[in-house]
Amino acid sequence: MEIVKTDIAIVGAGGAGLRAAIALAEADPKLRIALISKVYPMRSHTCAAEGGAAGVIKSDDSMALHFGDTVGGGDWLSDQDAVEYFIQEAPKELTQLEHWGCPWSREPDGSVAVRPFGGMKIKRTWFAADKSGFHILHTLFQTSLKYPSIQRFDEYYATDLLVEDGRCQGLTALEIRSGQMKQFQAKAVIIAAGGGGKMFPFTTNGNIKTGDGMALAYRAGTPLKDMEFVQYHPTGLPNNGILLTEGCRGEGGVLFNKHGRRYLQDYGMGPETPIGQPVLKTMELGPRDRLSQAFWGEQKKGNTVSTPWGDCVLLDMRHLGEKKIDERLPLVRDLCISYLGKDPVKEPIPIRPVVHYMMGGIHTDTRAATRLPGLFAAGECACVSINGANRLGSNSLTELLVFGKRAALSAIEHIQSGFPTSKDAALAAQAQASEARIDALMKKTGGTETIAGLRKEMMETMETNVGIYRTGSELATACDKISELRQRYANIALHDKTHVYNTDLMQALELKSMLDCAEAVTVGARERKESRGAHQRLDFTERDDVNLLKHTLTHYHPTDPPRIEYLDVVITQSQPGVRDYSGAKK
Amino acid sequence: MSERQIQLEVLRYNPETDSEPRYQSYSVPCLNEWVVLDALNYVKDNLDPTLSYRWSCHMAVCGSCGMMINGEPKLACKAFIHEYTDQIRVDPLANFPIERDLVTSVEDFITKLASVKPYLIPKSDQPVSAGEFKQTPAELKKFKQYTLCINCMLCYAACPQYGLVPEFLGPAAISMAHRYNQDSRDGGRDERQEVIASDEGVWECSFVGACSEVCPKHVDPAGALQQVKVASTIDWYKEHLMPWMKK
Repeated sequence: MEIVKTDIAIVGAGGAGLRAAIALAEADPKLRIALISKVYPMRSHTCAAEGGAAGVIKSDDSMALHFGDTVGGGDWLSDQDAVEYFIQEAPKELTQLEHWGCPWSREPDGSVAVRPFGGMKIKRTWFAADKSGFHILHTLFQTSLKYPSIQRFDEYYATDLLVEDGRCQGLTALEIRSGQMKQFQAKAVIIAAGGGGKMFPFTTNGNIKTGDGMALAYRAGTPLKDMEFVQYHPTGLPNNGILLTEGCRGEGGVLFNKHGRRYLQDYGMGPETPIGQPVLKTMELGPRDRLSQAFWGEQKKGNTVSTPWGDCVLLDMRHLGEKKIDERLPLVRDLCISYLGKDPVKEPIPIRPVVHYMMGGIHTDTRAATRLPGLFAAGECACVSINGANRLGSNSLTELLVFGKRAALSAIEHIQSGFPTSKDAALAAQAQASEARIDALMKKTGGTETIAGLRKEMMETMETNVGIYRTGSELATACDKISELRQRYANIALHDKTHVYNTDLMQALELKSMLDCAEAVTVGARERKESRGAHQRLDFTERDDVNLLKHTLTHYHPTDPPRIEYLDVVITQSQPGVRDYSGAKK
Repeated sequence: MSERQIQLEVLRYNPETDSEPRYQSYSVPCLNEWVVLDALNYVKDNLDPTLSYRWSCHMAVCGSCGMMINGEPKLACKAFIHEYTDQIRVDPLANFPIERDLVTSVEDFITKLASVKPYLIPKSDQPVSAGEFKQTPAELKKFKQYTLCINCMLCYAACPQYGLVPEFLGPAAISMAHRYNQDSRDGGRDERQEVIASDEGVWECSFVGACSEVCPKHVDPAGALQQVKVASTIDWYKEHLMPWMKK
């Protein structure tokens, strides 16, 4: 097996991975950096983020306000020391991107423009029309081309971490175009491989979002955190789950039920605000969890609109006018026309909540370090946690910059602490074991299960039992079913036994990642007997700060359900309080 | 939602088992609102797990699923079934070497993109602590369109010149150079000019305009190439006829 010796290996080349790579290259041009991704960097799902990135820059805003919005938005499950670091670094990172050429939208005087987003007291979302993630990703990718020390391994699928003498010292990865396994020896590894929304059938997530990075760390023995918190974005196209950015509402779009009522006022987010005059942190500018939960309520009351794609409510942007929609929301208009045949300039758009983002992920501290020495994580795959029980829109793009860089700096500190590298033979033995597992999967015949079949059952289980509102009995069903699917996974066999670009093999490995992550989601949800942020239980309707102001840590077991541990939330300045999104009291 | 049966004829090639490419036909029950990518996914999940192709976002922004659909370069996620008859042929993106089935090699494109220095080379260094560079909406508008390239490579598949002269830098790479050249914050035009004004650069373009026709993001690379040609010509005149004009 070929061995690639490097200083730092990064798994994932989206926003967080690229930011980490650039930070490493800038810190020390002599560092050898291996940037490993299962797709070419510009295909990473950062590209699909639309609305923007939060950072305090305007004179009417303050760090205290960003802190308060984030911690309250997260229903006090965020670690406040992490949030403090995050908001301080946010404007620097967004300005740095501007210096690298990111085409942020501008005010007439040439300064960077900001737009309102849900759950914000002050406008603070930097945006590049409604293609913010796309521009951030391409700016980072193109900037990364400046640095010869960043060696890319595009279309390599990471299969296992190499853990020896209690430290992460590299990984094995499959070169997809040849089917060859490579061993990457590294003094530190950063995982930045995104979320796993594809365990649900109806999601804004791309095909590649299969939780591989989370599962990679999880299987190596470092815990996942708060996996039960899955964010539904309130406004997805009903037929295929394509995201319509929160910017639609930030710019003034409003939501109606089938009676033409602005129903959010019936869910503690009123009183109704005049159309065309959005009020921050009120009505349509409430947070995502509350808006998705309100949809569920309307559905139960029979107030939703029936469409061929299921129950919907209506997002009306007509009053914004064609000029503003084309300037601020051109992608949204294009997506609505192309994929739904409806023009938001002319008619309201039917929408429904859609799985969008995982607040949980690999447990890290504020230094982006995991519990496994030498292993760091950043971006959606990590849980630091700034997002708590519900991420505020436009904090994730900033998060991948802030903690992508932080992971890089921490990895350098780890290297400088001077651990010896373990013997090649020990690492090689692990790499060979990893290769042998893939070989066995390739050669296996007589499978009784199919990848597509198991995947479908997993998705249906998650959709039916682990949605916006949950119950103990449904969650118990989901736990049993996912556990069963993990067992049945042993009975798959590949149809494709060849080596070049074998996507049958890729899908098998991705399914394994998703099942492992799905089990962490379901078990975490079943055990969290309270309602907080995006985790709402019909059998435990209140938030329980006495017993559950805690993070869920999930420890992997190869065959059995995971072991659960709880960890206190870090509170520095804000005690849990009431989340108030009613305009009335302001 | 009406359903109809489509014959999907897909080019197959596996270098390990095939001496040459062949077509394989699949009968796919399609909803009328589907895109060709949905039909391919149906094949992969229900008929033939060995079919290989790239895809991710399903919303025409990641640029993964470029392929030839009935001979035209398209994103499979934006090629609507209702725009086609019941017989649809799918080939890998033209002008690129096939790796396997509908998967082509991206390496040449990436190398070319990197060669034009597609990053900001600032006019003046300014620390982050000094805040953002100012740029008016009008200055942004000068290059915004060229930032929209998703690197899907459809323009290379459509470009007759790239098919004939593989060394040609091609539409997307030159447009990206132009994007940075037009950015009010940038001062790197001279560095990029060495590459894009070379023999393999903009002068190879025969201005057929096919690149702009197939671009799913309306970047208009042909327009960018034309502007680069004009600017390069002016450079030449300045240098050779009016050396005192050279900046």
